[in-house]
Amino acid sequence: MAVTEIRPTTDALLKTQAPKKSANMGQIIRWTLLFLGGVAMVMPIAYMISTSLKWPHEVYNLKLIPDEPHIENYTYVLEDGRFYWWFLNSMIIAVITTICNVIFDSLVGYTLCKFRFPGRYIVFIAILSTLMIPTEMLVIPWYLMSQQFGWLDTYWGIMFPGLMTAFGTFLMKQFFETVPDDFIEAARIDGLNELQIWWTVAMPLVKPALAALAIFVFLGNWTAFIWPLIVTNSVEMYTLPVGLSSFGDEADVAWELIMTGAAISTIPTLIVFLIFQRYIIQGVVMAGLKG
Amino acid sequence: MYRNLTIRQKQIVWAWAFLALPVLFYSVIRFYPTGNAILISFQDWNLLGDRTWTGFDNYQKLFSDPVFWKVFKNTFVYLLLGTPLSLIISFVIAYHLDKTRFMHGLLRMLYFLPFMTSAVAMAWVWRWFYQPVPVGLFNNALAGMGIPQFPFLQSTTWALPSVLAPAVWAGLGFQVIIFMAGLRAIPRSYYEAARIDGVSTWTVLWEITLPLLKPTIVFIVVFSSIGFLRIFDHVFNMTTNNPGGPLNSTKPLVLMIYETAFSSFDMGYAAAQTVVLFVVLLVVSLIQLRILRDS
Repeated sequence: MAVTEIRPTTDALLKTQAPKKSANMGQIIRWTLLFLGGVAMVMPIAYMISTSLKWPHEVYNLKLIPDEPHIENYTYVLEDGRFYWWFLNSMIIAVITTICNVIFDSLVGYTLCKFRFPGRYIVFIAILSTLMIPTEMLVIPWYLMSQQFGWLDTYWGIMFPGLMTAFGTFLMKQFFETVPDDFIEAARIDGLNELQIWWTVAMPLVKPALAALAIFVFLGNWTAFIWPLIVTNSVEMYTLPVGLSSFGDEADVAWELIMTGAAISTIPTLIVFLIFQRYIIQGVVMAGLKG
Repeated sequence: MYRNLTIRQKQIVWAWAFLALPVLFYSVIRFYPTGNAILISFQDWNLLGDRTWTGFDNYQKLFSDPVFWKVFKNTFVYLLLGTPLSLIISFVIAYHLDKTRFMHGLLRMLYFLPFMTSAVAMAWVWRWFYQPVPVGLFNNALAGMGIPQFPFLQSTTWALPSVLAPAVWAGLGFQVIIFMAGLRAIPRSYYEAARIDGVSTWTVLWEITLPLLKPTIVFIVVFSSIGFLRIFDHVFNMTTNNPGGPLNSTKPLVLMIYETAFSSFDMGYAAAQTVVLFVVLLVVSLIQLRILRDS
């Protein structure tokens, strides 16, 4: 008995010890391939940025590093004025929507998680069921609504559909489950009202989740296309994606200028990513596993 | 008044005070429009004239419209190419990335970066790549190697895969991260047991890793399928001179909805298309959940 139990172990030991050199070789090959794949992944971004720094005569060669990098394209595109507006519009809309989502999604998530009241289950199911409705089904009624109330071509018109999201609500509800009820009970005994308990006791305990939610909502609104395309008419009200789309479509626009516009709309989120990398990756994991 | 309530009653008051605005929001901005879309789908309305009830006319018109069937097919081609492709590529990357320690953070960053880009911006970058010589990067590279030109966006056969490529590319990083989280969640002891038994890496992959990753796979399949069925930004921006072209070969359902509603202003007909989209999304998700959960 003893012998049969030991044998596979020694076999396995021999197996793992003998080919150690080739295993290292395998690791090197694996790393190199992964690295080359990763470089290929960022190539479109790299070419976008590199082209935005090139002079017209070198745009169509394959060189990644421009011969004489310059920022003339950026000054040209920004002096035109439109990108400046579009950037500002996108920023205002994304920031306000993010703040609204952080407040309301967490308030609803908290209420559904920590309160017992009649109607709780119905509200829960109702909000959950909206996850199944695609935005595209709602754009026609939203458009009619905006037309009726004069919301077309306004910030409010662009923002109103996204002020609260069911996805954010459930993400936050999951995270409030991790806040012990004892903390809330203790705060109640200390005489805090429910609003104060939510804001000063519960919210600080779910900060990582709030950060993840904020980044997702910001990214989603910064890149949103179909609804802003529908609801805006005048060039000054466009958001960056809508503006870039119309800019690229104009006759005779040089590719290096389109690349500059694309870079202007991409670089801010890339910077956000490089700063908050850990939060964002954690956030994706949290959203993926819990959302 | 409030003072006389019991603790439980006070809680009910607070809960509904917190929920008042959100409940109003979800009713007016989500539920009412859903009902409204279904209602409009049974009407004939060009936004200016009267709304007239037409029963199932819009649906009949849709199902006898050859363009709709072309678009319907395209939408499923996006799904059937995009989902398996992105699932396999992201798994292969995640599987190997999970076993790599050296500069792990850098590699992960490289793969994740495209997820942070805007679809519109990247659609224009890729559109530039696809242009014929002397403009496009890909064709310039091919010309440099002496290989004939490739008609990426001009060909009715290759335009759809060309439009799909940046959509797959942008989503990979997200899926890689989700897969790696799934891989991390598998207990180390399973692998150690397998190693002690001297099982081959291949068997470990098929018998331990993949079965235990099933919840992750289900999530990625359902999530990415919904994304590919709703593809719009990439198609619209890569074919603005002829949306959905050439010859409707890249047109997905959402683009057809957009054009019917906001170029032709045929609201009833467009609403019927959105109802079809809703049903398609629901049915596809339910079938996937059924199949993947049971097997």
